[in-house]
Amino acid sequence: MTRTPLSYSNTPLFERRPLTYNPSLARNRLNQCCTALAGFFSAVAVLPLFLVLLYVLVQGGQLLSLKLFTELPPAPGLEGGGIGNAVLGTVLVTLIASLISIPIGVGGGIYLSEYSAKGWFAQFVRFANDVLAGVPSIISGVFVYGIVVATRAFAGQSYSALAGGLALSVLMLPTVIKTTDEGLKLVPQELRWGAYGVGASKFVTIVKITLPSAFTPIATGVVLGIARAAGETAPLIFTALFSPFWPEGVFNPIATMSVLIFNFAIMPYEAQNELAWAASFVLVIMILAANLLARWISRLARS
Amino acid sequence: MTSDAPPPPIAKPTQPPTTGIPITAASFTLRRRPTSEKLLDLGFHQLTLLLASFVAILLLLIVITVFHGAREAMASFGLRFLTTSAWDPVNEQYGAFIAIYGTLVTSLLSLLIAIPLGVGTAIFITEDLIPTAMRNVIGVMVELLAAIPSVVLGLWAIFVMEPAIRPALDLLHHWLGWSPLFATVPQGPGMAPAILILVVMILPIITAISRDALNQVPIELRQGAYGVGTTRWGALFNIILPAAVSAITGGVMLALGRAMGETMAVTMIIGNALNFDVSLLAPGNTIASMLANQFGEADGIQVSALMYAALILMLLTFVVNVMAQWVVRRLSLKY
Repeated sequence: MTRTPLSYSNTPLFERRPLTYNPSLARNRLNQCCTALAGFFSAVAVLPLFLVLLYVLVQGGQLLSLKLFTELPPAPGLEGGGIGNAVLGTVLVTLIASLISIPIGVGGGIYLSEYSAKGWFAQFVRFANDVLAGVPSIISGVFVYGIVVATRAFAGQSYSALAGGLALSVLMLPTVIKTTDEGLKLVPQELRWGAYGVGASKFVTIVKITLPSAFTPIATGVVLGIARAAGETAPLIFTALFSPFWPEGVFNPIATMSVLIFNFAIMPYEAQNELAWAASFVLVIMILAANLLARWISRLARS
Repeated sequence: MTSDAPPPPIAKPTQPPTTGIPITAASFTLRRRPTSEKLLDLGFHQLTLLLASFVAILLLLIVITVFHGAREAMASFGLRFLTTSAWDPVNEQYGAFIAIYGTLVTSLLSLLIAIPLGVGTAIFITEDLIPTAMRNVIGVMVELLAAIPSVVLGLWAIFVMEPAIRPALDLLHHWLGWSPLFATVPQGPGMAPAILILVVMILPIITAISRDALNQVPIELRQGAYGVGTTRWGALFNIILPAAVSAITGGVMLALGRAMGETMAVTMIIGNALNFDVSLLAPGNTIASMLANQFGEADGIQVSALMYAALILMLLTFVVNVMAQWVVRRLSLKY
């Protein structure tokens, strides 16, 4: 008997098995079952998006008309009407929130990344930012209610568009800071050295070199943050409240699409329910468009 | 072109236009930075510092505001608030047990359903089971699901999902009605539909973070596993998932925090019950939906009681989120 290196005793070290793929083996069966299960799970995960989009597009899309954007919602029990005030309100409140959170967020992000990347204070701010990002959206509503609405801080008014914008900006701020911080970290260090080398001050380097080259990731994050804020409802229910009228300045309660959907969905009237679907349609289209815009911005930069 | 072609002549270093003066250090002038520029630099630094500290101040302000608002209720109800379930504005007796129970049960059960779905989807789109284009499409679709506003999902849950799953819930009651968890007849809004809509909301987080975690597992681990002859799922269960488990756990905890604080969709479908019922098919309540429903109309000590509930919610999500960060930092395997 010839001795191969692998069998020095009479019992072979390895059990000899065919090297071809045998689908009836238990482990291969199990493998296929698991693959099928994972495929089933991803089908289940994608299904809700299809169903939600289908219903929103069909139910809301059939109500789409010019009237929807130019008329006020009807009184309970009446037919027709539109959501013009809510569309305008959502734009206004989101604009207020962006005007507050983008300058603060970009400035804070610049500090974290450019001035104190490793200092204890920057680490603490990053931690606080992560905590703030995890604070439930309704809490930011409670906070603004406690600090602005209950104390009537804005021109003696309790509920106001400004309070709503403030509550939304609390939600947007962590996103803007995080994306600015991460975006600036991606800027190659050589660009900064080059700028310092030709004698630019830190301020000029940041404003003329670093920020422009990090524009894409920051813009992507900011657009996504705005999209998320536009769809938020919880912080607005008891800060911006709701109004059946056209917006009357930033110191008065204002209608927004998200609060309109919430209020009208639980009303027992057909016309209101339909308007809720129509508002969902407009809101979802706006938010999906913003998401596609963000994707497009980041793809544009990569090419 | 032949290789032995003469190299192009090197341009002779052109002499600087001499004007008779030799180049010495003295011929360069040192430009001093004007004070205004220095001040601008310093001012910008301080401004960004101020803006960055704004985050910390804001967080502190939130805690102080909620705590200050809750003080009155804390003084009158104490820890009894956590274990009693009276919610009686007439007699001014408040207890948040129903809401706390609802928050924990809905978030934990939705997590239980969402983990296999999310991780399964993540595996399906990171392994090369289907063409890359299809994998990307599924990934984008799950991300878009995260972009749909919570209130729209709530609207969909009220008018589409809840009527559609009612027969299944009826069946559940028919079969498992003997257990207290399914003892009530499902009638529209309840904890079970709320759990399902929460699953839809937290699935994108779990999927996205699991996908990133699986993508970051070094290819050598996978190659080694295949090299010793394991099957795909043998490699996944024994090598790849254990290597990615810390990041996945972190993602799951983040999702738990999100599920606890999720407000609108849950408020619209949970039924906002004021009486305690252990059954999942009965209407329930969560802290967030209680706040959404009552804050606008509340006054006096009811506001304070709601602030107290908000404080509890903040504490819960804070602990979960900090633990998520800790898990990611501490449990990460060293490859």
